[in-house]
Amino acid sequence: MSFISIQDVFFSYDEVEEGKPVRNAVDGVSLDIERGEFVAVIGHNGCGKSTLAKQLNAMLLPDSGKVIVDGDDTSVEEKTFDIREKVGLVLQNPDNQLVASIVEEDVAFGPENLGVAPDEIRRRVDEALKAVDMYEYRTHAPFKLSGGQKQRIAIAGILAIRPQCIVLDEPTAMLDPSGREEVISTLLRLNREQQMTVVLITHFMDEAVLADRVVVMDSGRIVTQGTPETVFSQVELLKRHRLDVPQSAELAYKLRGCGLKIDKIPLTQEDCVAMLEEAMR
Amino acid sequence: MNCVLELKNLGFVYGKGTPFEKRAVDNVSLTIKRGEFIGVIGHTGSGKSTLMQMLNGLMRPGEGQVLLDGRDIWEQPKKIREVRFKVGMVFQYPEYQLFEETVYRDIAFGAKNKGLEGDALDKAVRDAADFTGLKPALLDKSPFDLSGGEKRRAAIAGVIAMNPEVLVLDEPTAGLDPMGREVLLSQITRYHKECHNTVLLVSHSMEDIARVADRIIVMNKGKLAMFEPTKEVFRRGDELSRYGLKVPQITNIMQALRRRGFDVPEGVLTVDEAFDALLPLLQKEGKLW
Ligand SMILES: Nc1ncnc2c1ncn2[C@@H]1O[C@H](COP(=O)(O)OP(=O)(O)OP(=O)(O)O)[C@@H](O)[C@H]1O
Ligand SMILES: Nc1ncnc2c1ncn2[C@@H]1O[C@H](COP(=O)(O)OP(=O)(O)OP(=O)(O)O)[C@@H](O)[C@H]1O
Ligand SMILES: [Mg+2]
Ligand SMILES: [Mg+2]
Repeated sequence: MSFISIQDVFFSYDEVEEGKPVRNAVDGVSLDIERGEFVAVIGHNGCGKSTLAKQLNAMLLPDSGKVIVDGDDTSVEEKTFDIREKVGLVLQNPDNQLVASIVEEDVAFGPENLGVAPDEIRRRVDEALKAVDMYEYRTHAPFKLSGGQKQRIAIAGILAIRPQCIVLDEPTAMLDPSGREEVISTLLRLNREQQMTVVLITHFMDEAVLADRVVVMDSGRIVTQGTPETVFSQVELLKRHRLDVPQSAELAYKLRGCGLKIDKIPLTQEDCVAMLEEAMR
Repeated sequence: MNCVLELKNLGFVYGKGTPFEKRAVDNVSLTIKRGEFIGVIGHTGSGKSTLMQMLNGLMRPGEGQVLLDGRDIWEQPKKIREVRFKVGMVFQYPEYQLFEETVYRDIAFGAKNKGLEGDALDKAVRDAADFTGLKPALLDKSPFDLSGGEKRRAAIAGVIAMNPEVLVLDEPTAGLDPMGREVLLSQITRYHKECHNTVLLVSHSMEDIARVADRIIVMNKGKLAMFEPTKEVFRRGDELSRYGLKVPQITNIMQALRRRGFDVPEGVLTVDEAFDALLPLLQKEGKLW
């Protein structure tokens, strides 16, 4: 069985009231995530990405359907603790996640709760802070940090738990270009070197192209999924769902519209340059 | 008066005299002309938000002055509220700006304080909601029940409804879906063109800034590192990467082609520009219809 198995999940925030239409934020999603996979989830604002993410570590429970994490049903209360140790969720707004008054205490919070030994906590906290390049801020107060700095502390807090799977809800939304690159390459490294399963929710298409698999959501449902190559070659479909493609693909797509023969839409800068060089030689 | 904002040796230090003393803004001097569209970029923690919050008197500069229409905004501290109507600020985290029971009342809040009422207020609220792409059905919801992107739109609408002379947007497109970004950016550009108001847009998206800004403020470690026209800033890619920044992907692609000896223009900033430049070259090679 898959590491995480989402089976026909429905979820609604609305109370079931008479006369009030119930709208499902997650409206029948089935998705299997394999151990060691890097999955990107994209979709327009309000399509249910965060709501789905919160089902993965039992922060929210399905109204119907099931989420199974490493064999355990998230709706079984005794398993919540185990599940949160395995699946770490970095929330969309870091302010909702920062709890302590000093950065390193904040990062230590997760492992402390799990009963990790103090010297091991120390090691993990330092490592996590270095991974997000915030080590020099370890004695600062989180609420006094800039937006992007808070975002990185929130990520460090989850890394320190050393989960088998890390789910990140728009972790790079507030980061500068090199910060984004650092976070993404940290995730790729954790994924490749430690086989950490990564679920990345993002509005940046140039980040999604780096995943093994891209899942596209709309109105609480999955509308398509596949390798970045298959998903990002469906430019019209993506635009219909309020999404986009990286600039390299956009350019290629426009040129193809004028008759340029392109076998494979380039998803990265390098591929695009190679494609154009080929075409103009 | 041609110049709307003038910053003179502006500086700000957080926690002065404490062990955590942090100089966030360091001796920034610059002038912004009326009606300009200014992009603001810089690494996280470079002082962008601190600088922006000094522009409308939310933070009082420790050093230097902010002149709005030629007058120091702190000349009469009691009147600082008026400055906040003239310089409308959309915060980096919209949650901080939403506190009313309904989205409608939230959007109305600033405009109401400015003195709008009745039909004029209602129109300002609905226009602003429409402008940011908020569906009318959401106006009666609690702002806390909105998705991340919807909250952001509500916060922006609240400031737009005040029709400020200078509109400061601190990362307004962060967290928006691609079409939302696109729509909001073109709405802001339209707003700028139609109202001739001055706009300052802070963003980490080099692609967005490249498309809309006339001039760019580049912050680095609290200091003003560059303040130049957009093309000039993105010509200096190596310098930008030292500041933790980048040039747009499309600019890089075109530069790489130039380096490989192809006759494409320098300083291409958008996909459309690149497309226009490449068409004739591909046509010459007989690669198009
Ligand atoms: N706490 C809540 N109470 C009621 N409705 C909610 C709540 N949180 C979200 N919603 C609604 O559920 C839907 C899905 O929201 P969700 O936050 O999952 O979207 P999202 O895909 O993460 O969007 P974004 O890209 O803007 O973060 C939206 O229509 C939203 O308005
Ligand atoms: N309330 C505060 N108290 C102490 N230091 C602060 C406070 N707010 C910000 N700082 C520090 O001041 C510096 C500048 O912060 P600012 O928020 O202006 O940066 P920014 O350029 O807006 O960053 P970002 O792109 O992450 O939003 C940072 O080093 C930050 O840690
Ligand atoms: Mg979300
Ligand atoms: Mg900021």
